[in-house]
Amino acid sequence: MGQITLNKVSKSFGELEVIPPLDLEIKDGEFVVFVGPSGCGKSTLLRLIAGLEDVSGGEILIDGKDATDIPPAKRGLAMVFQSYALYPHMSVRKNIAFPLRMAGLDKAHQDKKVEEAARVLNLADYLERKPGQLSGGQRQRVAIGRAIVREPAAFLFDEPLSNLDAALRVGMRLEISELHKRLTTTMIYVTHDQVEAMTMADKIVVLRAGNIEQVGSPLELYRTPRNLFVAGFIGSPKMNFVSGPEAQKRDATTIGIRPEHTRVSTDTGDWPGVVGVSEHLGSDTFFHVKCDAFEEPLTVRAGGEVDLKYGDKVFLTPDSAHLHRFDREGLRLP
Amino acid sequence: MARAVNTSRKSLNTAIAATLGLIMFFPVLWILILSFKSEIDAVRSPWQVLTAGWTMESYGAVQERSDYFKHFMNSVTISLGSTFLGLLIAIPAAWAMAFVPAKRTKDVLMWMLSTKMLPPVGVLVPIYLIFRNLGILDTRSGLVIVLMLMNLPIIIWMLYTYFREIPGEILEAARMDGASLREEVLYVLTPMAIPGMASTVLLNIILSWNEAFWTLNLTAAQAAPLTAFIASYSSPEGLFYAKLSAASIMAIAPILIMGWFSQKQLVRGLTFGAVK
Amino acid sequence: MATKASRAAARLMIAPSVILLLGWMIVPLSMTLYFSFLRYNLIMPGDNPFVGWENYYWFVTDPSFKAAMVNTLLLVGGVLFITVVGGTLFALLLDQPMWGQGIIRIMVISPFFVMPTVSGLVWKNMFMNPVNGIFGHLAKGMGFEPIDFFSEIPLLSIIGIVSWQWLPFATLILLTALQSLDSEQLEASEMDGASWISRFWFIMLPHLARAITVVVLIQTIFLLSIFAEILVTTNGGPGTATTNLTYLIYVSSLLQFDVGMGSAGGVIAIILANIVAIFLMRMIGKNLDA
Repeated sequence: MGQITLNKVSKSFGELEVIPPLDLEIKDGEFVVFVGPSGCGKSTLLRLIAGLEDVSGGEILIDGKDATDIPPAKRGLAMVFQSYALYPHMSVRKNIAFPLRMAGLDKAHQDKKVEEAARVLNLADYLERKPGQLSGGQRQRVAIGRAIVREPAAFLFDEPLSNLDAALRVGMRLEISELHKRLTTTMIYVTHDQVEAMTMADKIVVLRAGNIEQVGSPLELYRTPRNLFVAGFIGSPKMNFVSGPEAQKRDATTIGIRPEHTRVSTDTGDWPGVVGVSEHLGSDTFFHVKCDAFEEPLTVRAGGEVDLKYGDKVFLTPDSAHLHRFDREGLRLP
Repeated sequence: MARAVNTSRKSLNTAIAATLGLIMFFPVLWILILSFKSEIDAVRSPWQVLTAGWTMESYGAVQERSDYFKHFMNSVTISLGSTFLGLLIAIPAAWAMAFVPAKRTKDVLMWMLSTKMLPPVGVLVPIYLIFRNLGILDTRSGLVIVLMLMNLPIIIWMLYTYFREIPGEILEAARMDGASLREEVLYVLTPMAIPGMASTVLLNIILSWNEAFWTLNLTAAQAAPLTAFIASYSSPEGLFYAKLSAASIMAIAPILIMGWFSQKQLVRGLTFGAVK
Repeated sequence: MATKASRAAARLMIAPSVILLLGWMIVPLSMTLYFSFLRYNLIMPGDNPFVGWENYYWFVTDPSFKAAMVNTLLLVGGVLFITVVGGTLFALLLDQPMWGQGIIRIMVISPFFVMPTVSGLVWKNMFMNPVNGIFGHLAKGMGFEPIDFFSEIPLLSIIGIVSWQWLPFATLILLTALQSLDSEQLEASEMDGASWISRFWFIMLPHLARAITVVVLIQTIFLLSIFAEILVTTNGGPGTATTNLTYLIYVSSLLQFDVGMGSAGGVIAIILANIVAIFLMRMIGKNLDA
């Protein structure tokens, strides 16, 4: 079981309030991602749940029991750190076995569980090596292995992929998702990368300055962002924002339209403009178009084969079904 | 990054550096040679010294005439004693400051360092009088205490910088893994801190071994370590070159070898981390 | 990262060190200060009356004080000059590619590990002795009159010996600093057309500036307290030619048993050292934040 409830949890460092009181409900077996720009308090929130920081107010319930004052080790949670935090003087085997050894499990049991975890994580050949002799991806797997053997109520991941190179990151992302499907244990995952959030999460929690901006499934956040911040944060490339007369025409202070919801045409459309830089990805092409009506260039997506040159005249047409409207406070209008 | 350098340039560098290195090292090399010569040969011209026969007699003579071994053991006792006593007191302090930093930690650390800046001669009179009144002048335990206090700031400082390099996440991981404070210290912290502690010990043994203000002023015949013992050769006995050389070689050899192994730590320990 | 419980434990763990160092600092310091205002001589038993600034007055007006101050300055200044210039050159040289760098480095730094009394005596007897020393033999071999170092150029001789001991320290620290210089910076300046000299002047020297300052400050602290080298070679003489402040205080307190006078000198030495220490502490403190 791994149901976690935060009731009015807050955290201050001295005078500075990094997390104002917030409520959050994490269901058993859910993959929850905390996402937000750096300094938004997502790591602090994770550490509060882990028990590595004391809360300044409120309570944390794990499976309905008050865990606020329980030390980290007794909460039944396992954590994978950003730096992996492997013990450099212990072999891989000893690293993975460490929590079991602390729990006083006998040697035979320890070995059995370590072997099993190593098999799952493809680490069987490396058990006798020291962390210093492993690649980044392997170290990451050892850190996960150390978490798995404890059979925790929930896994906590603190930006686990940020030290890996791009290709490896995609691979590990899949492995962690796969692991979640297999174990069906609650996972809480902190990242600043919205792609990781979108691809892995059952539920995304968008944070800004310690506040929860929106909670929802990836598609809910994509389809109906609650405010400008979420709209701008989720989706890649970023949503285009336009204010001024075009927005007022649609009874809004700001309108937002995603690059993939804008049509490009060479002969007809709502907004005439000139093509600037184009980025060809093969499958798609992104054009940066300077429209006569707006200050900022808009980003639009077109098919991979569309070939427009720098300086070509084009017309853009937003897909009105996917147009997002926001009021003066930046909140979504229905 | 490293670039290929042509061989003649490299040879020239090597030749110049080796010459200068040899000049710097020459005094040590020379007393090593003299220590294996007879007293009569040792005062001849350099060329005659080199061609004269070799003998071990000086090493034997030093022990016979002056109970060299006693002074050697004094040096060992004093430097090891002060270092380990210092370590015992410093480890908890450095651990606490590195892993449970408070607002004042930095100030405390800086203040500790400032005590190291005190010139020993400024407190020579009171320390001498205190020692005399307590009856610990010319005792090894007295010197152990003074040298421990002298070096305590360096020990704390070095341990602190080493402890700080142990990532906090590792200790948190241990806590998440269910390690108690005792287990955290025993299984995670200590093994990771051992290299740093070893360097600290090494450097402090070197510093205590060579300390030549308190050892000269607070000891006489009984507790004199090698620094003070060698100083007794400044009387006309110093004219016995071979014996002086033998005594000197025995006094510096162990520390010279230790020093070679601790070059890096020396920089860290003596600059208090201001140069890395 | 810390929780409340660990805070209290931490304070308890730091306490012994703080108490010991506080005692080590306060007790002797206040005694020195107290004695410096008393007429107190160990060979003249009786009352130790309070005499105000008298000790300071006599200590400062004694001609040997002026000599000692000049000698201290010359000794510290001379050694600093030789070690910083020499150390920079050594460091630049050792940073070049060469064979057997490890061995050469060991040879260069070795003098630092030789105890002060040994290096004093070895230089005095085996090298600088006009009859039997190597320099004497060499001079005679070349037909010159040997120099009697300790009577003709006593202070210079001591500066030489102390420089030999401290040159390795400067070299080692400057070499460490030099090796931390990003080689891409040098390559960039090379691409920008900088000659070897301009690279040294505009890139290396500014990079070394900090390390040089540290060397100067730390050495000054130690050099102000030079004692053993003088004790075993010249005993401060001839006359007061090689008496520095430390040695002068030693003479008045432990040879003339004048506790009051020695203490007054001690207070002056402490003030001098503190002026240097303030600058050093500031540099270390800045580094601690980084």
